[in-house]
Amino acid sequence: MTDYWIILTGALVASACGFLGCFLILRKMAMLGDAISHAVLPGIVLAFLFSGSRDAVPMLIGAAIFGLLTTIIIQTLRGQGVQSDAAMSVTFTALFSIGIILVSLFTRQVDLDLDCVLYGEIAYVPWDPLKLGGMDLGPRAVWLIGAAFFISLVVITLFYKQFKLCAFDPALAAAIGIPVTFFHYLLMGLVSLTTVASFESVGAILVVAMLIVPAATAYLLTDRLSVMLGLSIGMGTTSSLVGYWIAKLLDASIAGCMSVTAGVLFLLAFLFSPKHGVITRWWIR
Amino acid sequence: MDANTWWVLIGTALLGLSSGVLGCFAFLRKQGLMGDVLAHAALPGICLAFMITGAKNSFLFLIGAAITGILGSLCINWITRYSRIKEDTALGLILSVFFGLGIVLLTQIQHSNNGNQSGLDKFLFGQSASMVASDVQWMAIMAGLLLLMSFLLFKELKLLCFDASYGQSLGFSMRGLNLLFMTFLVIVVVIGLQVAGVVLMAALIVTPAAAARYWTEQLSTMVWISAVMGACSGVIGTWISSFGYNLSTGPLIVLAATMMFIISMMVAPQRGLLSRLVRLMKTRRELAREQHINSIYTYMEKEQVLKVSLLDLQTQYPISTHVLSQLKEEGLIHMEEDHQDIWIGFTETGWKAAYDTVLTNRMLEMWLMHEADLASKLPNGEIVSKDSIPEHLVPELQKLMIQHQCEPKWNPYDSNQRMKERVVSP
Repeated sequence: MTDYWIILTGALVASACGFLGCFLILRKMAMLGDAISHAVLPGIVLAFLFSGSRDAVPMLIGAAIFGLLTTIIIQTLRGQGVQSDAAMSVTFTALFSIGIILVSLFTRQVDLDLDCVLYGEIAYVPWDPLKLGGMDLGPRAVWLIGAAFFISLVVITLFYKQFKLCAFDPALAAAIGIPVTFFHYLLMGLVSLTTVASFESVGAILVVAMLIVPAATAYLLTDRLSVMLGLSIGMGTTSSLVGYWIAKLLDASIAGCMSVTAGVLFLLAFLFSPKHGVITRWWIR
Repeated sequence: MDANTWWVLIGTALLGLSSGVLGCFAFLRKQGLMGDVLAHAALPGICLAFMITGAKNSFLFLIGAAITGILGSLCINWITRYSRIKEDTALGLILSVFFGLGIVLLTQIQHSNNGNQSGLDKFLFGQSASMVASDVQWMAIMAGLLLLMSFLLFKELKLLCFDASYGQSLGFSMRGLNLLFMTFLVIVVVIGLQVAGVVLMAALIVTPAAAARYWTEQLSTMVWISAVMGACSGVIGTWISSFGYNLSTGPLIVLAATMMFIISMMVAPQRGLLSRLVRLMKTRRELAREQHINSIYTYMEKEQVLKVSLLDLQTQYPISTHVLSQLKEEGLIHMEEDHQDIWIGFTETGWKAAYDTVLTNRMLEMWLMHEADLASKLPNGEIVSKDSIPEHLVPELQKLMIQHQCEPKWNPYDSNQRMKERVVSP
């Protein structure tokens, strides 16, 4: 049963992240997930200080606020003419530093393990169940990530055409009257929500990996956005399955193994993709 | 401060200095996130070095980290070159996969009961307080070497930043140079890991460079400023953390650098927010002044009067009394108040100023209307703007104005003013 929950969590994280990752990659903002997952630290610490408990809801709210704040600061800096990569690294490192300093200032009040917040352990997921009226409904993380995935699924399906146009040709989208900035922030909101919901339980590294790697793999395999979304979810789920199996075999970190598996899948696509693979193209020539 | 703090201070200053210098080049190549990636990619190298040798030696860690770091940057190059994956995606991909591999290796080490592995995870968050003299000496040698190399290769690196294909055509091996630069960057990152840790290393590379960029347009100046800012943030961070309060040095250094960035963004002379704001206000003021002169002149011309009432003027143009009183102070207009209205007329200098302004504006209008026909008259690609209308274009534009019947009809420079005879005085 434990295995089943962990694999389900991994697959949900992979699907939720891989789904949104496609849009991030197309909009050339792949590193944003990395930035957000680090920049929310002060939000978590502040929520912890104010609520005084390790309850998930205040932490989630604090993190979500800082996630959005990060994207707003990055966007403002870019509007001021700071180049995109610099805007990102300046913002997230500054916020992360504030987070660390808050942790060390309030060590006595804040019982937070930095390693655990950042490199959260997916293996502990089944030991944190959601209980409702005495009934065990399964791990809390599954519900949390599932809800985040569901919300982004609904939002993206509702505005699929708009998101698609914004991803490929924001100038045209703006010209025909789609509020590009609004959809940008909507996407960023979804990314922060998903990042925040997942990374507390599975760790930042798995979130970043799943945001980027499956989507990049899918990007090499198809030219259609709808297919890419499906493939990305599939790739993510496969890597979480295979990764878990390898981790069991080697007795190693589950999140690490899942990321590496996703990387191996990308390598395969990089070499053998029917249209864009390095070896395929060489073979055809 | 005790002796050890001094060593830490020297160490962080050196780190800030060298990361500030190299960061400039990384920043200009839009590889600001490279520091982040290389810092993460160092982890598997450090773990491998430990697994192979079984020793906890900073130098061995450096070599391991350098190898995987360079491998990571090569992978990024390959991915962007041989597929349609963009650079930002490749960066994130290598970062997460390499770091994932590092975590797998780390758990392997922890599970293999190899006793003294505890120092390894210190590399993740940095532990500058534990730096001792030997660490600093080692850092000083590396930093000195890096600074010397970037001094010697300054021209080549400049070429790499600004025009790599030109460099290629000059016969420099840009790929080799790129690899060399990545090696430098990896070395700085690995040195910095001890102080700042994986996540914050990115800041030491980018933030001083981004701050320095605000102050100058010259690469050599930028490198100097960035180096000084890097060193200062290192010193300030260490100094504050030496007060006690259990604050770690790495984040304080980063916050010091961020403060410098924010201050630079605000007050830098040319590109800073404040000076841009001041420029904007000045432009607005000038534009408003010009618009007012233009409106009064055009109104007078159209109605053939020498004095206009403010109320009539306001029905046709947006007029602010504030700007009018400013014009009056400058001595360009005179205003006569009667019981319900204000009458505005130009003074002698005002007439000339107004004529010049209106003439320039209308000539510009003509230029914009006939730009395609007149472009051949500007063989040297001169620019036509409000401040400079090329001399030889003026007769052409005047002819066009008369053709369109929009030449300014009050000419204060001309004694037999064409319009003045027809004037009906108020």
